[in-house]
Amino acid sequence: MNDMSDGYVTADGRQIGGVLMEMKNITLKFGGVTAIKDISFDVRAGEIRAIIGPNGAGKSSMLNVISGFYVPTEGEVWFKGVKRGPMRPYQVARLGIARTFQNIALFDGMSVLDNILTGRLTLMKKGLLSQAAWWWSGAAQEEYEHREKVEKIIDFLEIQNIRKTPVGRLPYGLKKRVELARALAAEPKILLLDEPMAGMNVEEKEDMSRFILDVNDEFGTTIVLIEHDMGVVMDLSDRVVVMDYGKKIGDGTPDEVRTNQDVIDAYLGVAHD
Amino acid sequence: MPDIVLYAAEVTLNGLMAGVLYALVALGFVLIFKASGIFNYAQGVLALFAALTLVGIQRGQVPFAHLINAMTGKHYTNFPWEIPALLAILLTAAVMVVLAIIIEKLVLKHLVNQAPIILFMATIGMAYFLEGFGDVMWGSDIKTLDVGLPQGLNEMIDNTTYNWFGYGFFIDNLDIVASVVAVLLVTALTLFSQFSKQGRALRAVADDHQAALSVGISLRFIWILVWSIAGFVALVAGVMWGSKSGVQFSLSLIALKALPVLMLGGFTSIPGAIVGGLIIGVGEKLFELLIGAPFLGGATENWFAYVLALVFLVFRPQGLFGEKIIERV
Repeated sequence: MNDMSDGYVTADGRQIGGVLMEMKNITLKFGGVTAIKDISFDVRAGEIRAIIGPNGAGKSSMLNVISGFYVPTEGEVWFKGVKRGPMRPYQVARLGIARTFQNIALFDGMSVLDNILTGRLTLMKKGLLSQAAWWWSGAAQEEYEHREKVEKIIDFLEIQNIRKTPVGRLPYGLKKRVELARALAAEPKILLLDEPMAGMNVEEKEDMSRFILDVNDEFGTTIVLIEHDMGVVMDLSDRVVVMDYGKKIGDGTPDEVRTNQDVIDAYLGVAHD
Repeated sequence: MPDIVLYAAEVTLNGLMAGVLYALVALGFVLIFKASGIFNYAQGVLALFAALTLVGIQRGQVPFAHLINAMTGKHYTNFPWEIPALLAILLTAAVMVVLAIIIEKLVLKHLVNQAPIILFMATIGMAYFLEGFGDVMWGSDIKTLDVGLPQGLNEMIDNTTYNWFGYGFFIDNLDIVASVVAVLLVTALTLFSQFSKQGRALRAVADDHQAALSVGISLRFIWILVWSIAGFVALVAGVMWGSKSGVQFSLSLIALKALPVLMLGGFTSIPGAIVGGLIIGVGEKLFELLIGAPFLGGATENWFAYVLALVFLVFRPQGLFGEKIIERV
């Protein structure tokens, strides 16, 4: 890739690195419906990148393209300077791109701890046979190390008191947090958050915002998040892509985007009446 | 002690062991149902196929001999060797893994995201295909299976009980072996599912496909794994039932015996399959002894299990250990 070396410094003084992922001319069609029309943008190492837009703008579709759940009709995804071939979602996950879902996809029958442990499946190296020889092969040691990492994440997200609770019993806001924990457990290069604040009350939104900032700060994780609530996003993110009807109508810092006339029209509905 | 009590005790013991054998078959159903939501109608035929393959390999039979002879005009029947039981079992296990891969590649892969009823239909198709395929591969004659498991009356138990009660219990050695094997199998499966990474992945897939994909689990790998394990369980069931009553078409009908066990124990619970099997095993034997034979003219074992399961369903549709069914409005 051409500009891996450059970067920029954010308003709050964080050093942002070169381009980690680049979407090039992505188009996604379902039959006759075009969900995404020729969109390009990049994501730089260490930044919080938001994709915003009104309902039905194609934000979730874009996230699904990144995470491999949808294969783009046209266009290329470049990751770490390499063009990514057509990949299945589990292969994308193994590349180091973890995600959460708008409607929460957790393993309801399993405990919070077990749910978060599944996030580390791709990092577990021991095969079936050496796991059978539990102590002798070092598989036990490996399991301990993974559990230790998971406990750190549990502490970090302040969910110690529900470690053993089956996820199905948790309230919505905590489920969202567990899902974030599971994604974090994979130690991802890029963390994709699909509407992390959807359906939350003000207090829960503040908590979640704080966790997102802390994750970025503490682990240096690059974060791509989707939101339709403008206010939250503008405070959180370093750069914002604005989508409307499947097209990109703005891209830049929150301040740049906020003063962009197309964006204002899309959000205030000026263009529609 | 009155004779009827002693006799009932003996029948109960035998019922428990028969229950273990039912549970072995039910286990295969539970494994596949948990991981993929498929009711695998072919589980019984899988056991038949495993037993046929084991006998064939052990005796050095030429697979597809009839077909080859018909096309070439030769008269092949057997290779000039016999294979030791243990090695034959390992080879059969390998065949079951290959079968799991073929099933995934030819059938399941193309039915991803289809309704459960369609997958159920597919397993019916697979069951009859596999039955025919087994016949073509190994011949349709009735075979005896002998992998060297002890059979017949356990004299130690007979003598001990005779000395204690003046009445010797008849317990079949094979049933004892089957019980031990079943306990080992269930322990191994439980350890695997709770502590290994593949087991954790398997539970994850059973819970939510989309979430499983997002943490890097390959569904296709898990399905192959699950069908392989179901193949192993079928092999164990096939060995036990085959040693007991010979390897023939009726072996596949033991699957029907697993149905009431599943209704009782729940489709999603491994302990449920075990406990359900034991209850059915003891229940049908005792019912026959105490009520069926004296009052109803006997042969109640054919239907008692189903009726018991039906009564149970009415009061607890999810089974003894099944996940509670809660529909939110």
